[in-house]
Amino acid sequence: MTDIFETSIKTSTGKALRREEMVINMGPQHPSTHGVLRLEVVADGEIVIDVIPHIGYLHRCFEKHAENMTGYQQVVPYVDRMDYCAAMNMDFGYVLAVEKLLGIQVPERVEYIRVIMAELQRVASHLIAAGTYGLDIGAFTPFLYMFRERERILDLFEMTCGARLLYNYMWVGGVSHDLPPGFIDKAKDFCQYFKPKIKEYNDLLSYNEIFIKRTANVGVLPGDVAIAYGCSGPVLRGSGVDFDLRRDDPYSVYHKFDWKPEIGKGEMGAVGDCWDRYIVRIREMIQSINIVEQALNQIPEGDVATAIPKRIRPNAGDVYVRTESARGELGFYVISDGTAKPFRIKARSPSFVNLSVIPEISRGGMIADLVAIAGSLDIVLGEVDR
Amino acid sequence: MRKYFIDIYKSVWSVLIGMKITFGHLFVPAVTIQYPDVKPKLPERARNRLYVNMDDCIGCLQCEMACPVNCIEIATVKSLPTDDLGTTSTGQKKKLWVTKFDIDIAKCCFCGLCVYPCPTECIKMTEVYEFSEYDRNNFLYNFVTLTKEEIENVKAKAAEYEKEQAAKKAAAAAQAKPATAPTQQPPPTAQQS
Amino acid sequence: MEQLLRNIFDNNIFVFTVTAILPLIWIVPYALVAIWLERKISAHMQDRLGPMRTGGWHGWSQTIADMLKLLQKEDIVPAAADKILFNLAPYIIFIAAYAAYAAIPFSSAYIGADINVGIFYIIAVTSLAVVGILMGGWASNNKWSLFGAMRAAAQIVSYEIPSVLAVLAVVMIAGTLSLQEINNLQTGWFWNWYVFQKFPFIFVAFIIYFIAALAEVNRVPFDIPEAESELVAGYVTEYSGMKFAMFMFAEFVNMFAVSAIAATLFFGGWNSPFGDFLGGPIWGVFWFLSKGMVLVSIQMWLRWTLPRLRVDQLMYVSWKVLTPFAFACVIAVGLWMML
Ligand code: SF4
Ligand code: SF4
Repeated sequence: MTDIFETSIKTSTGKALRREEMVINMGPQHPSTHGVLRLEVVADGEIVIDVIPHIGYLHRCFEKHAENMTGYQQVVPYVDRMDYCAAMNMDFGYVLAVEKLLGIQVPERVEYIRVIMAELQRVASHLIAAGTYGLDIGAFTPFLYMFRERERILDLFEMTCGARLLYNYMWVGGVSHDLPPGFIDKAKDFCQYFKPKIKEYNDLLSYNEIFIKRTANVGVLPGDVAIAYGCSGPVLRGSGVDFDLRRDDPYSVYHKFDWKPEIGKGEMGAVGDCWDRYIVRIREMIQSINIVEQALNQIPEGDVATAIPKRIRPNAGDVYVRTESARGELGFYVISDGTAKPFRIKARSPSFVNLSVIPEISRGGMIADLVAIAGSLDIVLGEVDR
Repeated sequence: MRKYFIDIYKSVWSVLIGMKITFGHLFVPAVTIQYPDVKPKLPERARNRLYVNMDDCIGCLQCEMACPVNCIEIATVKSLPTDDLGTTSTGQKKKLWVTKFDIDIAKCCFCGLCVYPCPTECIKMTEVYEFSEYDRNNFLYNFVTLTKEEIENVKAKAAEYEKEQAAKKAAAAAQAKPATAPTQQPPPTAQQS
Repeated sequence: MEQLLRNIFDNNIFVFTVTAILPLIWIVPYALVAIWLERKISAHMQDRLGPMRTGGWHGWSQTIADMLKLLQKEDIVPAAADKILFNLAPYIIFIAAYAAYAAIPFSSAYIGADINVGIFYIIAVTSLAVVGILMGGWASNNKWSLFGAMRAAAQIVSYEIPSVLAVLAVVMIAGTLSLQEINNLQTGWFWNWYVFQKFPFIFVAFIIYFIAALAEVNRVPFDIPEAESELVAGYVTEYSGMKFAMFMFAEFVNMFAVSAIAATLFFGGWNSPFGDFLGGPIWGVFWFLSKGMVLVSIQMWLRWTLPRLRVDQLMYVSWKVLTPFAFACVIAVGLWMML
């Protein structure tokens, strides 16, 4: 890229032209940075020469807050707020970590409920990701169709725990409420309703030629680079790496269901381009719905509150638990010093790591490609900054 | 060359498919509702504005402890043994005057954590979700039922009682002095629990 | 019409003023309705309701309320902006859009100026918008605005070529550049419309013209100059209040202008589709406006269906797809005429 600037161009009168790169700020207030991300873009006209992401505009001291709560349970609402698009997945990771620290075994029904919720949440989160991705590319309508379906999922959540966005549903040792009566039927209805909608999205957006042209062969992230950067989730799988924590480091009851991870195959261009990352999300929605259906059919009866401890006071020690959130490997490293408060909680947030590949894959593209790439990584700034 | 024409064909075709879908949706009834006119039915478990039934509150501070954002502030004063504060609906005897019960609803994150530990189920979520205010100070909800004078009164009484008790204790201690050496009682350490 | 007014008033200046202002009687209400319509169409396509409150029935007066709101807004001029150009730009864009109406035949009785190079004049004068856009983008002193302006200039200039070639195909059959005459040549039933002549070449020419027109008025899928997800709002980023409204107004005026030209060239303009049925100058206005509105609605329909192209793809479409096809059309029509 730089050689453009080294070769000198002369005007007809023989005067050398001075040329320079332009630095522009994309964000923190920019429609397509999905929150308050600031991308410092070094551009040569429309061509992107370098991108420097600046983060921290949404830093809320999650980790420090967690140390100052009255207890482990009080951290859950804060965990919700890390990735507000996939709060259930966040809760899931955190409570699993604390349970491991305490050595609690939760009832089978709780495991099933958690898996159902986490997978529905994954669908909801991918709906946002795919919808806003369409918006980034300029298609407004699929976005609203996807939000329509997401509302139905949120209705299910609201019916279960009373909240639509930040649930505080999964508790250490259990869940706050059992499934309400009628939930299973409603959820099954939703699964039936949702499956044909995927075709609509595909017709309207995924296989639209303009959309393909905008995303295929753009922002190609080869598998080895993705691994080197520590990417995870759909970003890693979009690059053709077959890695899913639900299968490779199984937790909860995922091993009981019949499913396999979706990986990008490079159907429209190179493996690991934006289209692959996008389509992996679309296909994961079908996969999640299948898991939910299986779980709804197998869910055992039981009490959900039996394992909830009266007071949470783990022995001194530390654990690291990783789960597959909607955006990738979500890890919680919890250190306990034997008191009722966590001594330290460190969250390994997938978006933060996924965001780090932006400079690598957007160099040499165009400004419009940069938008497409940032959208395809599906970052949530609440989780990047914590 | 072949790819060129295939691309054109595909573009035109996918545009037509897209147009067909959006056109079809023109005649699908809208899924949105006209909010203030039509209100969605909230499920039973909906978590919205908090309400405290002060008749039942025993001032146990469980809810204050459970709140992750410290938006509940409670102050209590011990009642005299002669006072009768009545019992809660669950039959528990009330022993404390609750002189302050403020919830800063602007800080509240509606997590519901305060609701579960309450022994008398007197703090609960209601169905009210439209409570915007023009002044931020109005978000500080006071639930205390006692009037200012009553609070002063209770406080004074409690202080008097305390003094009396202290005097009695001192007298008792003075009597017992020859027998046992006065041991400095360490203040009870606030155990985190 | 002009003659009639002249006979009545016998004052040239007055007559010219009236004829010049007449199209405003249509385009001001049209813009208000079209903006409302766009909101409604987009809403219903997306399973929403759109504006429902202002004015009672389906929020019909939403745009009027918006206009009043924009009028009251503070007119912000960025401190580092080039004030003169910044203030001038919205008006130039609007003038360019409005000037086109001078040669558009609304009915057999009314055309602002029946010049014999009507279509040529329109194509020339609408390109003036580029100047306004560049001025606005440059004067805002904002890098995003400048990006938008550069993109707009490149886009409008390149799409001029296929659109002119498509128009040329029609002009070749008609043998005239005057729009009124082109309309006269299409009287009769709808199969006399040029879009159905020399099938399929003129039809293809129409498609090319329509696509190029979309690009010229910056509509999706060619709205990259104001691509809201990339350039915030392109060259209008720094504008607020009434100046912003001016840009908005000019966009809708332009939308109708290109639709009107398409209707005139390809769909018989003010001609009734059914021979003499509902013919005449008054019904002519109706036919003309409805044809224009149908095309405007199609533009809206596309707007809410498609994603947007990238800059280089936009150029690809113009130079490598539309221009060759337009040339092919022109040549094919020419050969057909010779036979
Ligand atoms: S709902 Fe949560 S934040 Fe609100 S008062 Fe109760 S514990 Fe505190
Ligand atoms: S937990 Fe219930 S009884 Fe205890 S102080 Fe809070 S509201 Fe009162």
